[in-house]
Amino acid sequence: MDVNEFETRSQALVTDGTLGYDQKVRRLAALATEMVPYPIISAECQQALDARVICDMYEGNAPFTARYILPDYEKAIRNGLAHLEMPPPTTLDDALAFLMVMYVNVPSVTTYPVYLGDLDKVLEAFVTSQISDAELDAKLRRFWISIDRILPDAFAHLDLGPRDSRVTRSVFRVERSLRQAVPNITLKVDPDLTPDDLIEDGVRTVFETGKPHFVNHPMMVADHGERYAAVSCYNSLKIGGGAHTLVRMNLKEVALRHTGTVDEFLFGTLPRFVELTAELAEARIRSLVESQHFYDTHWLATEGLIDIDRFSAMFGIFGLAECVNLLMAAQGRDGRYGHDADADLLSRRVVERVSELVAARPMPYCEGGGGFCYLHSQSGIDLDHDVTAGTRIPVGDEPGMLDHITTCAPHHRYFASGVSDIFHVDETAVRNPQAVVDIIRGAFVAGMRDFTFNLDSNEFVRITGYLVRKSDLAAIAAHSGARHSSDLLAAGSEDTFHLTQRAVKRIGCHEREPR
Amino acid sequence: MTTTGSVASTIAFSNVDGPGNRFVVFVQGCNFDCVACHNPQTIPVFQHGHERARYQRSVTDLLTEIRRAAPYLSGITVSGGEAMLQPEFVRDLFSAVRDDAALTQLTCFIDSNGASDASIWDLVIPVTDGTMIDLKCFDEHIHREMTGQSNELVLASIERLHALGLLYEVRLLLLAGVNDDNALLRRTGEWLATVDAHMRVKVIGFRAHGARAHDPPLVEPTPERLQAVADLLHTIAPFDICVI
Repeated sequence: MDVNEFETRSQALVTDGTLGYDQKVRRLAALATEMVPYPIISAECQQALDARVICDMYEGNAPFTARYILPDYEKAIRNGLAHLEMPPPTTLDDALAFLMVMYVNVPSVTTYPVYLGDLDKVLEAFVTSQISDAELDAKLRRFWISIDRILPDAFAHLDLGPRDSRVTRSVFRVERSLRQAVPNITLKVDPDLTPDDLIEDGVRTVFETGKPHFVNHPMMVADHGERYAAVSCYNSLKIGGGAHTLVRMNLKEVALRHTGTVDEFLFGTLPRFVELTAELAEARIRSLVESQHFYDTHWLATEGLIDIDRFSAMFGIFGLAECVNLLMAAQGRDGRYGHDADADLLSRRVVERVSELVAARPMPYCEGGGGFCYLHSQSGIDLDHDVTAGTRIPVGDEPGMLDHITTCAPHHRYFASGVSDIFHVDETAVRNPQAVVDIIRGAFVAGMRDFTFNLDSNEFVRITGYLVRKSDLAAIAAHSGARHSSDLLAAGSEDTFHLTQRAVKRIGCHEREPR
Repeated sequence: MTTTGSVASTIAFSNVDGPGNRFVVFVQGCNFDCVACHNPQTIPVFQHGHERARYQRSVTDLLTEIRRAAPYLSGITVSGGEAMLQPEFVRDLFSAVRDDAALTQLTCFIDSNGASDASIWDLVIPVTDGTMIDLKCFDEHIHREMTGQSNELVLASIERLHALGLLYEVRLLLLAGVNDDNALLRRTGEWLATVDAHMRVKVIGFRAHGARAHDPPLVEPTPERLQAVADLLHTIAPFDICVI
């Protein structure tokens, strides 16, 4: 970027009538990092990046924070925080105040924390029998309002479960009464530990607020150990660790650059672009770790609340549907992903091959992933046009739910850091939440890792991981601005895709800092 | 299992045909000819020839479909058409589900108009977990006008299935100006309360979509009217009422 462009874009930001003061400050800061030189990458990598075959999520030229940080809140509560001069809390009120102080000091690429803790476990010791459910609800309600107003970003995410707890039940009650977009919530489900009526309580909450997301706890534990959490747009990572960065590869664009057979794609074209994506990841990781010295200097690291050995990077893919359909068409076949057994089989070959390649490409400072990137089914950003998020079936082209699940489920085991498929349920489910519980249990038996439901007619629109209210989108359309940064991203997607008018209320995951 | 039945269609997932998520078999053929039927194509009973053959499905074949959906289900429901026109098929389908190691967790429900006598029900009762019975109208005369049949067997079925612990729900399909008179609904509620004061009652408003044209046109009750009916029924007994 030259100085003239910098000036023009800065000018546009400061004069933008729909952005609030804080939103302008954050965007100006992001703009400034674009004046810093990009980490050194090869010409071929740069070319693929410029053509957006591969993508750095617009994180900025010189990463100076890890993208996804999962502080060990339980340890912080236990030991207190030296840097922030916070002693260990002894009451529920103190613990909630402690957490809020900590949240506003946890960095991320959006400037807002993407992980707010496994709240049931973090607060468990403070919820004594002296505190009634009504008192607990009142305290969490105040806390919830504070989270939404102080951290106005729907990527801020907390986890609950798999065991039942008073905190979890209270959170669901508060959620249903407040109906806020923030925070985002995941319920960890273990078929042996999570009672049906807790899952059903979660389902009833989905009907009101589009939350929680459901994750397959045993599957996550197998990949990450007990200390994991789903954060931001449903990225599953290690607690006390996280992801340095997220790079992604557009499988549609890769397929468009391919001529030849399917085997030549799998063993020639695909490996070439996987390596370019990996090169980009490595350059960004080295920049963060070796040039900006994030893990040597940040207080979360020096106080032992994060450990670089519990970090890795996320290798995202998207556009599988278009990739498969293009490869089918190149063979003179018209079968489509989600509707044709051969197309579905091909989709599994592509994902399996990417998984092999990523698992064979060592990555520095990625001990959290055993020295390799985590594979991730990436759910899109608002600049993605004519390409389907992650490994999803294109919006509007989904088959019935059973076929939808059986098409998507085989992919899930490959994506340790999350998939986040979305299923659409109609309003009749509201009178029969057990039906949704049945589907959740079945989906986990089928090997699904994580997914969420969207209810038709809900005021909330799920973008991918994050939620917005339709009324907030309408306000942006009327040029009156938005309190949540994520609403502005959603408005961009809505303008492009009109997703709120589609069968499935989904937009696309937006984790980039907008230019 | 080589038993076959006349089947109009199946759906893998339904959340409106009994408790939880259910696989539904819609049989072909009904002994009622309801003016308000929203699946009128399932009414004709095909006894002969290629028309009959077109609808024949074997229990074995259906079991293959059910097994695929089973991990996601609370159970299966046979709906219609009228399930009890093919009691041997229903019996053999349910028996096969019960005997299949992969399907033992599934419950087997019947959605019926109730117009079958006890000897027919006896064929399926040993393998049935629950029933949902439509009561088109408590008034015999209006019932005949609406369905072409008496309601005598329907009322007897409701009483008997309840006594056997197999009545999951009674459904009242309301057509504005036809069977939604307050005095009639009060009588209906009083009779239902003698069967079970805590009965699950589903109050369903007629919807013109899918139904055949009628002269004069059938009228959909308003949501407010349906709620008023629920309120009225609640004054009679503590029914578990669901309005849709």
